[in-house]
Amino acid sequence: MNTPSLLAFDGLLLISIVSLAWAALATRDARRSVILFMAFGLVLALAWGRLLAPDVALAEAAIGAGLSGALLLAAVGGQQGARSGSAQNAGHADPQPAVRWAVTLLCAGVAGILGWALLESFDSSARDTLAQAVAANLASSGVSNPVTAVLLNFRAYDTLLELAVLLTAVLGIFALGQARPGYRFAGPVFDSLARWLVPLLILTAGHLLWVGAHAPGGAFQAGATLAAAAVVLRLAGHSHIGLPAGSVLRLVMVAGVAVFLLVGVTLLALGRPFLGYPPAWAGTLILVIESAAMLSIAATLVLAFLGGRPQALWQATGAAESVPPAATATPAALPEDSSGAATHGVCKEEQSRC
Amino acid sequence: MIDAVSAGLIVLGLGFYLAGSIGLLRLPDLYSRLHALTKADNLGLGLLTAGLALHSQELFTIAKLLLIWLAVLAAGAASAHLIARHARRQETGR
Repeated sequence: MNTPSLLAFDGLLLISIVSLAWAALATRDARRSVILFMAFGLVLALAWGRLLAPDVALAEAAIGAGLSGALLLAAVGGQQGARSGSAQNAGHADPQPAVRWAVTLLCAGVAGILGWALLESFDSSARDTLAQAVAANLASSGVSNPVTAVLLNFRAYDTLLELAVLLTAVLGIFALGQARPGYRFAGPVFDSLARWLVPLLILTAGHLLWVGAHAPGGAFQAGATLAAAAVVLRLAGHSHIGLPAGSVLRLVMVAGVAVFLLVGVTLLALGRPFLGYPPAWAGTLILVIESAAMLSIAATLVLAFLGGRPQALWQATGAAESVPPAATATPAALPEDSSGAATHGVCKEEQSRC
Repeated sequence: MIDAVSAGLIVLGLGFYLAGSIGLLRLPDLYSRLHALTKADNLGLGLLTAGLALHSQELFTIAKLLLIWLAVLAAGAASAHLIARHARRQETGR
């Protein structure tokens, strides 16, 4: 399939990726930079597709371009709100030329090492033997998609630790204090789009989870899609975005790690190696683990977008009795109370660190 | 015959994209630029999906293409509306 037209397409793709990356870095306006970064992520997803890595392409489009973009935009919006409230711009001056050169040299060094490693790996036969090992054992993995087989069976340990990292990230987000107040009602046009889009996103998440066993997809892509549904609801101005309240939310947050560990420890007790599924049960166990992981990943990403503890959970722990019950129904009215002040305090701290 | 019609539709769709891109770069203000852009999204992608659907001739693929077109239609219309409304609110100072 290496026809000249495809080669030209790849060349265009390459030029677009590099120039979008450069534009995103070079622009002075933070919002413009984020939008360019999102465009960069979409073109990068296309490049992964051309490299015949649809799993990575899906993850890049959903998490890299979509959710990271939404997160960054929310952060830029929050920072601009905080900046207009306080006049401390001193920390945002351009870095010294020496610092700039040092960073440039460091980045060039990392890029050089990465390039060298890539060239080395082309020579060695390790890549092929690994792929052959996966292909040889695929039948006993319980799934027919080699990527899922590696992530949830052969290297399940890595994925368990990844989920633990996500759980730690949620704890860090909770330490930031209460979530930002929600947005006001976005108007009937966006609301009707959300009403149409959210069920479709939930359906797509279920499809991605199920199809991960034999085609590109899986818990991470499904979780990101599910989180996108909540982000759309929040942007439309809804106060209920599908996150459960109180202890149920805590259960959802730890579900991925908990189910993973439970399966591993049960297998240990039965005399098998940790996470060494019996081939007959592997498919079912992987689906159970992935379902729990999808919920945890979605909850983590939504909480990251909220930027703190959601109100309902805060109330359930009894730490903020001052928040009237009506406030949860209309988050747009919240900035005046103590929680809003707390969020702004956090923003200021972040600013001085930047 | 079908191949020729399919190719024709795709080329026509690409024409809309070209016109939309030129409009985005050349038109004087935000509203006319949005106008040019949404034409490319709606009609350009519509013609493109129609051409690809004729080319594939498989019912499931055609349904997926149609779904993609509808999703882009809805998202494009809503985001164009949001951008235009934001610009107008800034102009009128509300």
